[in-house]
Amino acid sequence: MTALLAYTIFGLVTGGAYAVVAGGLVLTYSTSKVFNVGHGAIGMVMAFLYWELAENRGLPQWLALLVVVGGCAPLFGLVVERFVMRRLAGAPVGITLVAGVGVLVGLIGVAQVVWPPRARPVRPFLDQHGVHLGQSYVSGHDLVTLACAVLVAGGLYALLNRTRTGLAMRACVDAPELAALYGTRPHRLSALSWAIGSALAALGGILLTPVVQLDYVTMTLLVITAYTAALVGRLRSLPWTFAGALGLGLVQSYAVAYLPSSPFWIAFRAAIPALLLFVVLLAMPQSPLRIGGVRGSRGVAVPGALPTGVGAVLFLGAVLALALPAGPVVAGQLALGLVFGIVLLSMVLLTGYGGVVSLGQFTFVGVGAVTVARLGSSSPWSLLLGAAVAALVGALVAVTVLRVSGLYLALATLGFAQLMDKLVLQSPIAFGVRGSLQVPRLVESATGQLVLAAAVFALVGMGVLAVRRGRLGRRVIAVKDSPAACATLGVNVRWIRVGVFALSAAIAGLAGGLFAQLRETVAASDFQLFNNLPLLLFAVIAGVTSVSGALLGGLLLMLLPVLQSGFPALAGVAVVLLGVAAAGLARDPNGLVSWVFRAWSWRRA
Amino acid sequence: MSTLRLEGVTVRFGQVTAVDDVSLVVEPGVTGLIGPNGAGKTTLFDVVSGLRRPSAGRVLLDDEDITAKGPHQRSRLGVARTFQRLEVFGSLTVWENVVVALESRRRSPDLAAGLLERVGIAEFSAKQADTVPTGAARLLELARALATDPRLLLLDEPSSGLDRAETGAFGALLRELSAEGRSVVLVEHDMDLVMGYCDTVHVLTLGRLLVSGTPAAVRAHEGVREAYLG
Repeated sequence: MTALLAYTIFGLVTGGAYAVVAGGLVLTYSTSKVFNVGHGAIGMVMAFLYWELAENRGLPQWLALLVVVGGCAPLFGLVVERFVMRRLAGAPVGITLVAGVGVLVGLIGVAQVVWPPRARPVRPFLDQHGVHLGQSYVSGHDLVTLACAVLVAGGLYALLNRTRTGLAMRACVDAPELAALYGTRPHRLSALSWAIGSALAALGGILLTPVVQLDYVTMTLLVITAYTAALVGRLRSLPWTFAGALGLGLVQSYAVAYLPSSPFWIAFRAAIPALLLFVVLLAMPQSPLRIGGVRGSRGVAVPGALPTGVGAVLFLGAVLALALPAGPVVAGQLALGLVFGIVLLSMVLLTGYGGVVSLGQFTFVGVGAVTVARLGSSSPWSLLLGAAVAALVGALVAVTVLRVSGLYLALATLGFAQLMDKLVLQSPIAFGVRGSLQVPRLVESATGQLVLAAAVFALVGMGVLAVRRGRLGRRVIAVKDSPAACATLGVNVRWIRVGVFALSAAIAGLAGGLFAQLRETVAASDFQLFNNLPLLLFAVIAGVTSVSGALLGGLLLMLLPVLQSGFPALAGVAVVLLGVAAAGLARDPNGLVSWVFRAWSWRRA
Repeated sequence: MSTLRLEGVTVRFGQVTAVDDVSLVVEPGVTGLIGPNGAGKTTLFDVVSGLRRPSAGRVLLDDEDITAKGPHQRSRLGVARTFQRLEVFGSLTVWENVVVALESRRRSPDLAAGLLERVGIAEFSAKQADTVPTGAARLLELARALATDPRLLLLDEPSSGLDRAETGAFGALLRELSAEGRSVVLVEHDMDLVMGYCDTVHVLTLGRLLVSGTPAAVRAHEGVREAYLG
């Protein structure tokens, strides 16, 4: 009984901190219609800043808290709103999502540059002022957390329902132009909601630091829990969001208390937020097909069959010319870049043509790699089997998550990636008890690897272009532009989506097999959830609608760690630049390569 | 020749009843569906094409109950529609828009040029669909619907965005479609078009069926004038 009470209190306190974070998320979403994927990263950086002031510089805790939550965080929210999100108003979900991921990755870079990794203990608030509840002890920090949650809940409710500003905020979501006619200023309101939202992210992050240690990625991804809570409230209802957050806190606390402590269950606990995210998404009603309004996007020109063939031959020739004189190290790196390029080809199909943003594409790479590693054979068939297994997993995921669309779908892929990471890839099922597997190579020499990767890239690239020119490609794009019209023309929208998802997973799985045998040793850490984010960013920066974009993106993705190890001082800066570039370029998914195409056609014109 | 029958169709959005217990029969030929804004015309199209499940009531096509069928299944049974707010595939060319529809019914893409010619927008064939004028985009939706070779064709305000000459040509096309044995239902604000080309007219107000009859009978009906003139 005592234990139950203690765990209940612990659960409510954690849930209260989640509620603060989730409340900020719902506020920004419901007033600006942009789902801030970087919300957790803002909380993370602000928690580091709080550490800097309160622990490193010796400011009193209350002053540090005031400076961060009342000053720095809102200011940062204003900057993000003004320079990133305002330019994206009304843009499709995919674009705002990528901008958010850009902010997220950039912030992690900033934190890495300013606060290099080391242990950073943070003192809890009101350490001496706990109270005894029966035989349980509630610490002062817990009381502060609960008080903050209650204040935030009351404050947000009053703001939205009892003030003119709140009323105007809600009006602006529905019709900003109309609201402007009545004298409100949509930009100012949206800025205000971002300021408050990021202050709440900061407050939640700081309150959670004694529970989870200050760490770049853990704290950033902690918000998966906040997403889940916000989804309980359908990203709109604050009361439901708060209830969801408290519920999640309790579930996690009870899981720690009452689940067995075998390795599987320990992994299971870590996967609970993602699992619940999945459950909440699946419990949502099927999103109705949206009707109304022409949508279209201008892709880069699609070459015909003959130019594609000529291009492939030229590409292979160029790779051969590079491969022969290159040393084994350079050849190996180029091969890796091409393998990443194949992963990005899978995103050309899914994101570029199909308009579906996946935050879990690297997980399918992992599935392909594990399959090939487990088979342990150096036959080319094992690569195809890896692709087939990835396709099967992809189809299963698609069947489960495709009832939701847009933002919810992207979050579901993130949840899926987290689940696979914690429950499968990190468990002995995948990489064995030692956590890594040896993989025999298909061809021994680095030059051979480069030629192999180039040949597969050329084949898959030609395949992707053939899809685009053909019946399936037309349908995929039609489903992206108007699922409702497709359905009334007899296209089974659901199966097209599942098919594209599976095909894209197959390509990623194929790349995974190549990756495994190129590296010769693979481990779970190669396929962490976080690796998905730079992948998406490079795809969009280089161009997610074309094969040449995939090639450029793959090479850039390969160069990032090379650059980081060559110039350690620049490691974080490169990540910051990546995030800033993505946030800036998200508007045009045709990416950098489309500039080259444009310059080319201008010269010819 | 096919017949659409609605039996007690009701659609509620929360507290609002958009379509209230509507029963009507659509015979072969051209049928008009008119009524003031908000009368429930487009919602009724959504119900017939399968994009919206009615809260109550049944939809029957040639005596087969299709209420539970999804939109793509209804398309295969011969139901096609256009949209009041355009739903062309903006990233594809005008020609590709029609080809998608042809391919979904396993018909040859070679038919696309003829369909575009027929509705009068062949000149836009190679243009990306989100760049063509509204009138042309409406006709594209018609060509796309025709590509599925429908028995029942639902046209939602097809003439808005067309000039006088184009509207005339469109009226002639309606007659042709009807002569081919297709049932055409027209939601339309252009009363000349409705009165000139429809065999039967149904009038909806505030979600209820007010009156059904020939254009002349509907025009003479007291309640119709009230509904329109207030």
